Amino acid sequence: MLHLIVFLPLIGFLIAGLFGKQIGDKASEYVTSGLLIAAALFSWVNFFGFWQGGAEAFTIPVLKWIEVGNFSVDWAFRVDTLTAVMLIVVNTVSALVHVYSIGYMSHDPHRPRFFAYLSLFTFAMLMLVTSDNLIQMFFGWEGVGLASYLLIGFWYKKPSANAAAMKAFVVNRVGDFGFALGIFGVFVLFDSVNFDVIFANASGLAGAADDKVVLNFLGHQLQQSSAITVVALLLFMGAMGKSAQFLLHTWLPDAMEGPTPVSALIHAATMVTAGVFLVARMSPIFELSHTALTFITFIGATTAFFAATVGLVQNDIKRVIAYSTCSQLGYMFAALGVGAYGAATFHLFTHAFFKALLFLGAGSVIHAVSDEQDMRNMGGLRKHIPRTYWMMVIGTVALTGLGIPGTVIGTAGFFSKDAIIESLYVGQNAFAGYAFWMTVVAAFFTSFYSWRLIFMTFHGKPRASADVMSHVHESPNVMLVPLYVLAVGALFAGVLFYANFIGAHHEPGQLDNHYTEFWKSALYLGADNKILEQFHNVPKLVKWSPFIMMASGFVLAYIFYIRSTGLPAELARQHPGLYQFLLNKWYFDELYDRIFVRPAMWLGRFLWKEGDGRVIDGMGPNGISARIMDVTRGAVKLQSGYLYHYAFAMLIGIAALVTYTMFAGAH
Amino acid sequence: MADLPILSIVTFLPLVGALITFLIWEDSEVARRNVRFVALFTTVVTFLVSLGIWYNFDNSQSGFQMVEKVAWIREGDISYHMGVDGISMLFVILTTFLMPFCILASWDSVQNRVREYMIAFLLLETLMIGVFCALDIVLFYVFFEAGLIPMFLIIGVWGGARRVYASMKFFLYTLLGSVLMLLAIMAMYWQAGTTDIPTLMAYKFPAEMQTWLWVAFFASFAVKMPMWPVHTWLPDAHVEAPTAGSVILAGILLKMGGYGFLRFSLPMFPLASAEMQTFVFVLSVIAIVYTSLVALMQEDIKKLIAYSSVAHMGYVTMGIFAANTQGIQGGIFQMLAHGLVSGALFLCVGVVYDRMHTREIAAYGGLVNNMPKYAVAFLIFTMANVGLPGTAGFVGEFLTLLGAFRANTWVALVATLGVILSAAYALWLYRRVVFGTLDKEALKSILDLNTREKWILYPLIVLVIFFGVYPSPVFDVTQASVDALITNYQAAVDGAVQAASK
Repeated sequence: MLHLIVFLPLIGFLIAGLFGKQIGDKASEYVTSGLLIAAALFSWVNFFGFWQGGAEAFTIPVLKWIEVGNFSVDWAFRVDTLTAVMLIVVNTVSALVHVYSIGYMSHDPHRPRFFAYLSLFTFAMLMLVTSDNLIQMFFGWEGVGLASYLLIGFWYKKPSANAAAMKAFVVNRVGDFGFALGIFGVFVLFDSVNFDVIFANASGLAGAADDKVVLNFLGHQLQQSSAITVVALLLFMGAMGKSAQFLLHTWLPDAMEGPTPVSALIHAATMVTAGVFLVARMSPIFELSHTALTFITFIGATTAFFAATVGLVQNDIKRVIAYSTCSQLGYMFAALGVGAYGAATFHLFTHAFFKALLFLGAGSVIHAVSDEQDMRNMGGLRKHIPRTYWMMVIGTVALTGLGIPGTVIGTAGFFSKDAIIESLYVGQNAFAGYAFWMTVVAAFFTSFYSWRLIFMTFHGKPRASADVMSHVHESPNVMLVPLYVLAVGALFAGVLFYANFIGAHHEPGQLDNHYTEFWKSALYLGADNKILEQFHNVPKLVKWSPFIMMASGFVLAYIFYIRSTGLPAELARQHPGLYQFLLNKWYFDELYDRIFVRPAMWLGRFLWKEGDGRVIDGMGPNGISARIMDVTRGAVKLQSGYLYHYAFAMLIGIAALVTYTMFAGAH
Repeated sequence: MADLPILSIVTFLPLVGALITFLIWEDSEVARRNVRFVALFTTVVTFLVSLGIWYNFDNSQSGFQMVEKVAWIREGDISYHMGVDGISMLFVILTTFLMPFCILASWDSVQNRVREYMIAFLLLETLMIGVFCALDIVLFYVFFEAGLIPMFLIIGVWGGARRVYASMKFFLYTLLGSVLMLLAIMAMYWQAGTTDIPTLMAYKFPAEMQTWLWVAFFASFAVKMPMWPVHTWLPDAHVEAPTAGSVILAGILLKMGGYGFLRFSLPMFPLASAEMQTFVFVLSVIAIVYTSLVALMQEDIKKLIAYSSVAHMGYVTMGIFAANTQGIQGGIFQMLAHGLVSGALFLCVGVVYDRMHTREIAAYGGLVNNMPKYAVAFLIFTMANVGLPGTAGFVGEFLTLLGAFRANTWVALVATLGVILSAAYALWLYRRVVFGTLDKEALKSILDLNTREKWILYPLIVLVIFFGVYPSPVFDVTQASVDALITNYQAAVDGAVQAASK
């Protein structure tokens, strides 16, 4: 069954990619979507085995891959609870996005190519999550990067799309630079890159004698604890790139150049969560490095805050959601950093539903208003597209985490986000407090920008031209049904699964067995990781803080965009510096352009013209050959026939010389 | 079958084809057609026969196989000695495999002096195979040097506008390098009394002599590779060479440097190799970063790919001198994969060059609109070039980096920067050439791949992906010989350390 889950999308890709022209648009759509739906159903069957059936982790070898000396990796599927969760996330969202795209892309002339790319992406993502070693994971990791590149640049005639596609790939490569070095480090430490071997030996390595040097890194002789920290930080660098964390986030907003279903699938629900998956998967390593975990909390919390601030002022409907994604990923990392792997994975799971819902809803809006994306040109759409409106509202309440603290009444985001904030409150590392405050403030921002989006888009007076407004229409069912399905997930994924993902009642020394029997050994907790036992026991005010933030964000958005609509402009005018700073995304693009892109190009040109041209060629061959040329030019006209003779004469000379010296030497 | 001198047959079959071609005297359209078919037929048959080498090859043996030995110059004890081991065998196959593509790529684009052109290529094939099979150092040298001449002619006669400059540069550089190698060969003969490669590999040269011999050989191989800073002949040679010339240059000729390191430098001068490791590392990582940056700014498609080749060869030298299993196996794999990938990239450039007669990046843009099949092929090779996992380009790059990391983390750190830079220059090239709108007047009527071009590119796509997913056939061949090489190398280095500590 695992073979089917992973290879059905590949088959879909090959059919649509190779024979798309021959079988036609409709057939390509139906084949790829049908195969994906089948894969999604199998994934749920597989997941139920882990959820209720008590299935054990298993590994299926597929094919030998690279075997060189003691370095040995195979293509294989390794399935445990974490993988099973990722499989349903990836395949469900992917199947829904495939179906949705049948409607959304119906006017596009390149549909077979689009569906082929979607299926290719899904296949790569599945290879990533089912991997039993770091190299296959890296294959999936870069494979999703390729698919993302192709899909962002899907409309290849747009220069901005091409630029965004390239930027996404290159920035991800910066992360992969660290990831690759991390893999090398793991191999040096464990003599293997297979998860089973790494996990089995990780704690043993930690127990090794303190003065034993296990890794020589950049001239430093590292003992086991610092070696693990270095490796963990390098791996995390990969996660930062893929999950668009602070400093390596710049590609994600630009990636919105791709078609909207792509944003929902790749840049919200699945690919960008690969970094979270990586850290959760490698928890046996990360648990050994307090320093690395602290750093992860810091980066995650900073991202959560930073992206939320930028999201406050964006006008492009997709960019708001993109920054929101970036921010929510920050939440997940902050949680990972304090060792709350269950909460992070849970947020990954619920976020996939409501964020895909929001993106696909935004797509439905964009579809309705003739491809307009600027919210300043929307407004008053509620009556025209009521179904889309309600779906977006469901997505928003799930994202903002509507629910009543202390009860089990709430949307999906309520369970997962609150669990993260509570974990951060009790977290044990140096940045846990910082992260707590950052995420609480970010929760306020989240609520504000989310409701701002709803109000600007659907409420108030229409700001679009009369022509556009006359064409506004509700999307067809093929687009709405995926929204309904996701809405169900956004509302109920929390209450249904929270006991398993994060546990309902943990006692000191006795974890909730819903939790332990669900995860088994898929998530590793170090001996002094007490986060699970503590995070339910937080002060009332902490429990209520996300709710308070959410409510005030809603109220403020209501005042700004429904009541006194002049206020935002007034505020922007009073604080032009701050407004520009946020609107220009903290000027990261400009900064990177100055310190990386332009110097690299200048250096390239300098090394080419000066290094190669003036120094190497000027001193070397040109100097010499210029003199030779002078001589020959004086003697004869330079013709190819002459060169022939010249060359041949040289060789005969050499041959004669060899023969002579050899004979001379022999006698 | 076992007694058949299969290596000599494969080596000299192209020469037979060249002779037949030579006999087609007249210069009519029909004659030219015949010449092309003779050349194609010869190279295809040579390739098929060469598969017999792989078929008969015993993976478990580390020594030389299918050995032939005939006395050549008795007084000097120089013999015609041929044989292959796990390190050299696949290079023979790569050579015979790429040749038919070169002939096909020249089918329409070469119209003047077709006969001489084909003769040059067939002669070149013989000499290249000879380099990889020769087990006598003089024989090796003759093949190694003689290969210069046809290549020199291919660039100088059938090349572009600045062909004379480029061919002279190519010739001067390589010749200067090999003069030193010649001196070293003579010195080795005087010292060891033989020119037989297997004997020399077992011979222990004194440590101080090793250094000098190593330097002399290094001069020659570094130019061939080419390593920074003696790489500047390569971009010029590539730019001016006809498409097939570039394919051979990047696919095979560059590999002779790496092969030389593995055949001579490491096994014969292990102490010097260990001593010079840091030096080679430094040159390698400079090559990777420096030439990648330079590639970023190129305005000529072929020059960009040429610089990218230099960077990729940087991984090879780094891996080889890391002198561990992953490094050396990765280096060999990287050479083979680069042979396919860079060859394919130059063929891709040839496709559009044949149509537009320009290599300026700025002259292109939006090709995907009219050439979707070409765009896909070019994309796959671009991705292989940037080392995307699942393509052949990944395996070698990754293993050489891993090998380097085990030897020296600084080297691995700087070299891994190349992973970022290669993505930047390759994707930027792809974006400027393939993506965008097709609004240049000259490009409006450009046609997608024709049948001949599909026959050239599609098999390469299949192989690039096949070896990315299942590289074992290569490692199975190289494993035993590389293990033996490392064992001997390590024993020599350890022995020296022990001697020093006594």
